[in-house]
Parts: sequence; structure tokens; C-alpha cells
Amino acid sequence: MTETAEKPIKASEMDPKFKYEISKMHGGEKVMRCFQCGTCTSDCPVARFSETYRPRQIIRMTQLGLRDRVLNSDTLWLCAACFTCTDRCPQDVEVASVIRVLRNLAAEKGIVPQMFKEEASSILESGYAYRIPELRLKKRETLGLPPLPKGNPGSIGKTLREIGFLKCVEKKGG
Amino acid sequence: MAEHKYLLFLGCAIPYRVVAYEISARKILQRLGVEIVEMPEFNCCGLPLDPVSHETMLILAARNLAIAEQKGLDVVALCPGCAGTLKKVSKMLKEDKHMCEEINGRLKEAGLEFKGTVTAKHLLQVLVEDVGLEKIKEMVVRPLTNVKVAEHNGCHILRPKEYIGFDDPEDPKTLKTLIEATGATCLDYLDETECCGAPSVGVNDKIALQLARDKLNHIKTVDAQAMITICPFCHIMYDTNELRIEKMFNEVYGIPILHYPQLLGLAMGMSPEELAFNELRVDCSKILGQVCEGGK
Repeated sequence: MTETAEKPIKASEMDPKFKYEISKMHGGEKVMRCFQCGTCTSDCPVARFSETYRPRQIIRMTQLGLRDRVLNSDTLWLCAACFTCTDRCPQDVEVASVIRVLRNLAAEKGIVPQMFKEEASSILESGYAYRIPELRLKKRETLGLPPLPKGNPGSIGKTLREIGFLKCVEKKGG
Repeated sequence: MAEHKYLLFLGCAIPYRVVAYEISARKILQRLGVEIVEMPEFNCCGLPLDPVSHETMLILAARNLAIAEQKGLDVVALCPGCAGTLKKVSKMLKEDKHMCEEINGRLKEAGLEFKGTVTAKHLLQVLVEDVGLEKIKEMVVRPLTNVKVAEHNGCHILRPKEYIGFDDPEDPKTLKTLIEATGATCLDYLDETECCGAPSVGVNDKIALQLARDKLNHIKTVDAQAMITICPFCHIMYDTNELRIEKMFNEVYGIPILHYPQLLGLAMGMSPEELAFNELRVDCSKILGQVCEGGK
């Protein structure tokens, strides 16, 4: 992943179909409504502490069809999904969901931060997003807590293989 | 017989490292007459994988809802992330027939089907909507008078408002009201509804810790004796990281981070031991000493 946002944009980089592609995806429907007011960025908690993360910029790059720039950008993964931008957008753009749509597309190309791969593999092993150590399971007993409900990783794994999810998290990269 | 009966949706973070929240929540629910049934089968709500695959998130959430439907019971989740995801997916599948058919096609082989017959709620909702403030106040035997705390709602209990439909995301009142029901004072402070930063841990720890520090600073400014949370991730962010933040940014806080059920439990006369206060990282002896005799 490389940060390329600051380089001048060439017309050849722009894919005019990209915005329509995003608009067809669940959560991305209203991306073209954005009129760049910047409410999302000014209210974004992450943007306050990041030099590079600007949700408005991500939306504009999407509108302009800068597919590779936006999908390869590190900043795409900084969104904390607090949904403040979505709630406050005067144009009703689901900003956080557009970012999620873009992340999903990046993941299809094999760009997934390690943390998500670990959570995915844990879910595929046990049904739980984290590997709960044996010691903690035993501690539950001593604390008088009931045993944890069992996951059904076999069944989940089969379904997720069918939809091609495993390819996203098994591929190298990220 | 209990007036209200729910399937308990523990999620992943709570059994992994936030057991005090589970213990104290079970205790207060039992005392308030809410019967808890364990999930017969469970998988992650799906939220952590939404950034990688929206369809995976939908399938994982729908599986849980379908399991709850087989049991014929509504769901109470302690984690706002889980509660929010189950609510959101339930609404999406009910409103989008095509999506619902597609997801059900994926669940078929497991013998599951989403019909939309159960409701998912967060603990706070069960407390205000089912148990009711009046009953909670009646159960308070040790009013926490003179205790001044700050609330932290976190994000997913409130947003996105279109799907969550609970409280006012810009000016939330529920947690405040529930805190005041214990007799404690809930202080206002700057940027109350701001994110704790937890979702950025692992992607950019520095940003996450700066966000957490910001909130701890605001809470310190108003002299809160404790922060009250209702989310396992927010709790980890502040309780587990407070010492780290103090060292990293050369700050001094010493602010205990309590799960709301611990605060309510104290007011209901339970002991700190029963409410698993020993599981918290930040020292609580000062506030416990003020509330209970000998801190016990």
C-alpha cells in the first residue's frame, strides 16, 4: 500500500464508471450526492489526529473515479466506523458505508490489514473473533459463569468459502 | 416467574477480556427480574468483518438472529457493536426482500432461516424500556449521593441513527438518566459523544490513544470520580490503556472506569467483590471507600 494522494492527478487515472459501480453497492448508493461541504471531515474524530485521513477526500476521489489511488490508500483503513459523518451529512451520503464499500473492494484485491485477517481466521476456527485462551474458559467456571455457547465453525467456513470470502483473507498482502 | 426473558448475546470481546461487565450485568438483571437464557449456538455478530466483506457480516448476523428465532426469544446484547449490528441487519433484511432471500439462501444448508420475528436490544434499552426507571429507583438501597461521574456512551449504541433508533445521538440522555437513578451525579463535559478510538487500535494505535487521551482530559477537567461505560471496547480503551496513556503523554488521571452495571449494583447494595471490581485495572479504592463501608 502506498500513499499517492498528494501526486497530481492524470486524466488517464480517472475511471468515469467507478462512481456508478460504487452507487450500485449497498451503502454506496448516495455517493454522487456529495457536494464537498466537508462536514464529514470537520466532525471526524480520526481526522482530528491524523495528517492524512480526510473522508471528504475519499468521497471526492471516488466521484472522480480514482480507483487505484483510493483502493490502495492506507488512509482507507483509518476510519473508526463511528458513523458521525453518516449521521451529520447534509446530503444524506452514508460516508462511513461508502468507505466500507471501498474497503470491501480493496479486500477483493487482497489488501486487508493483518488485524482483520486474524479476526477472520479466529471466527473460522471457533466462531469467536478472538482466540479465547483455555485459562479464561476455566476461569469462567471458578467465577460461577456458565460455559460459553459453542460456535459452529464448520458450517460458517463452508458458507464463507462459497461466497469467496476466504480468498480475501488468505491472499498475501496488507 | 420473571417478567422479561432474553437470550444473552455475549459477543466476543466480553468473554475474551471484559468479564467484569458480564458478571455485573448478570447480577443486576437477575435482581431486576430479567431472566437470562444462554444462546444455544453462537458466532461473532459479524461487525469486525464488515470492512472486509459486507456479505460476510450480513450472513454472520443473520445466523445469530435465525438461531434466536428458533429459540423464540428476543436478544439482549451487552456490547453496543453486537446490538447495533443485529438491529441493523434485522432492519435491512426486513426492508430488502431480495437481500433477505439471498442471505437465507446462504443459511439454508445450516437449517437456518431469518424471518424477522425477534428483536435485538442493548442492555440499556432493556433497563429503560422493560424494567423501567421507577423499578430501578425502587431497588436502590444505597444511593450514591455525593458521587460524581462522567458517562461515556460510545458510538454504536447511538449511530447510525437511521438503524439504531435509540436515544438522540447528538444529545443522548438514557445513560445519564440511568446513572442519576443510582443517586450519583452525572457531569457534563466537552465532546461527550466522541469515539473512544478503539476501532483504530491495530490500524493506527497512536491515533486511537490520542482519542482516548482527549476524553480522559475532558473528564479530568470536570473532576469526575469515575467514567461509566456500557461497551466492552470503550472499557478496554480507557481502563486497560489508562496507565499507558499516562506514561506516553506524561499525564496523571487515576480515573476508574466502571461498567454501568457495576455502578448500579453498588447502589443496589451489592458488594464490590460480587460485581467483580477486582477485574478492573485502574484502582477503584477511593470511590469504593466513599460508597461502601471499608470499601467492601
